[in-house]
Amino acid sequence: MTIRQLSIFLENKSGRLTEVLETLGNEKINITALSIADTSEYGILRLIVSDPTKAHQLLKKKSFSVNLNEVISLWVSPEAGSYAKVLKCFSEDGLSIEYMYAFCLGDKSVLVLRTDNRPKAFETIKKYDLKVIREADLKHL
Amino acid sequence: MIWNETFECMSREEMRRCQNARLSDMIERVYHTVPFYRQKMQKLNLSPEDIRTTQDLVKLPFTSKNDLRDNYPFGLFATPMSEIVRVHASSGTTGKPTTVGYTRHDLQIWSEVVARCFAMCGINRHDIVHIAYGYGLFTGGLGAHYGAEKMGCTVIPISGGNTRRQLQIMSDFGATVLACTPSYALHLADAMSEHGYSLKDLKLRIGVFGAEPWTDNMRHEIEAKLGIQAHDIYGLSEIMGPGVANDCDFKNGLHIHEDHFFPEIVHPKTGEPLPEGSEGELVFTTITKEGIPLIRYNTRDLSTLNYEPCPCGRTLVRMKKITGRSDDMLIIRGVNLFPSQIEHVLLELKETSPHYLLIVDRENNLDTLELKVEVDRSYFTDRISELQALSKRIQHALNSNLGLNIKVTLVEPKTLERSEGKAKRVIDRRKM
Repeated sequence: MTIRQLSIFLENKSGRLTEVLETLGNEKINITALSIADTSEYGILRLIVSDPTKAHQLLKKKSFSVNLNEVISLWVSPEAGSYAKVLKCFSEDGLSIEYMYAFCLGDKSVLVLRTDNRPKAFETIKKYDLKVIREADLKHL
Repeated sequence: MIWNETFECMSREEMRRCQNARLSDMIERVYHTVPFYRQKMQKLNLSPEDIRTTQDLVKLPFTSKNDLRDNYPFGLFATPMSEIVRVHASSGTTGKPTTVGYTRHDLQIWSEVVARCFAMCGINRHDIVHIAYGYGLFTGGLGAHYGAEKMGCTVIPISGGNTRRQLQIMSDFGATVLACTPSYALHLADAMSEHGYSLKDLKLRIGVFGAEPWTDNMRHEIEAKLGIQAHDIYGLSEIMGPGVANDCDFKNGLHIHEDHFFPEIVHPKTGEPLPEGSEGELVFTTITKEGIPLIRYNTRDLSTLNYEPCPCGRTLVRMKKITGRSDDMLIIRGVNLFPSQIEHVLLELKETSPHYLLIVDRENNLDTLELKVEVDRSYFTDRISELQALSKRIQHALNSNLGLNIKVTLVEPKTLERSEGKAKRVIDRRKM
């Protein structure tokens, strides 16, 4: 039901983000999606990549504070109001979104999110028949 | 005015006799009442008869802050607790504070020496003394308080903090003397206009500043900004608290009340006593103290002694304004801080690595602290809220253990400098 996301702790220092991206690029790891959460002193870089296991190892070797986390990823139809429709399902079930970002794959939109209660989120997904993306789905694209 | 001419102006020869008599009394007492010292002396095959003059002191080892910690809390007290009427404490090198106890007689002596200091500053019983040193376990507030009362001054025991209220009370009550840390004095001076006060609203004429090192430049700045004469008071809780020494009108060194606190200057590496005029570690033996007499307590403060008579008429030896320390202790807003204490707190927290860097700075004349801590993979998460909770937790632990507000900044692992041997843990950007 989930896909793996890399999260990397980054100080607000110029060049740090480049270093991460270069490390992955040199090893031919594709970045499918990228988002940065920032505070005044540091940021958290979140990545969906073609080979999370390898990327995790590579970044660990370079002493980055990197984690692999499971996040929920959903297909969203490419029409006005569809994001709202999806999010309404979660809010009606009393779930909070901790963070979220979206990207496009071909003509489709993809939503990546983390809620405060994963088991409950799965129930919601089933209840409203939301379209979940699995890691294997990403590979075929 | 000289508060106690008999002692403050006695000849060197009389002072030596007085010190020797008081020293042998104290050694005799300590030998029989403090097992820690008795064992030390027995190990060296020394009996009280072997310590008759201050010259004999070199036979005895130093006492350190660690000795106080090892005997925490009351192990070095020389009287039964029923004789102890007050306890104070300051921060130690690790989690535990160093505790000191005072008998009623000790408090009388403390008041006496502070009164002498105040007299050196030109303060008299007509003065209204605004005491903005912290009251509590810290010796600053109550030490200055008792001295000012002994002199017969009007005391405003306002304690530290709340700058706006400090200015209001100082102005409304017509304070003529301000006693606080020099950095807080500057902070008050700079905050005046912001709160709608000018020098005309204040009647201040004298400042008694201590509990942290400061320079003559800072003195000139305070004097100009507050329109006062600024004096330096020296002391440490282990020896008594404020009032161990103070500078007179001539501001050329601080007169030590050596009829109570016998000073030596020793080499920081070898511990050898150094000849007059050399710089080294300042060591005190408390020759009249009852509660917790200390033999050759090494303050780790660096200074020089000058036995020349002073134009003010006092013959008391003068110590040069403290120029630094031989260990890594920092003094932040009057609070002692050892980097090892921070390490201790971080280790207790478990979720942090003990890799840190402390940056000390001074903004608007107040010391600021920033602690950079490495975020390790093991406790790094993808949620900002958890990282923020982590820095808050660290900040809270530091505050409750050290009594200091420290800004915590998380940094990437392995980015803080590691060097062979002693890592660089502290950057002090304050201009002293």
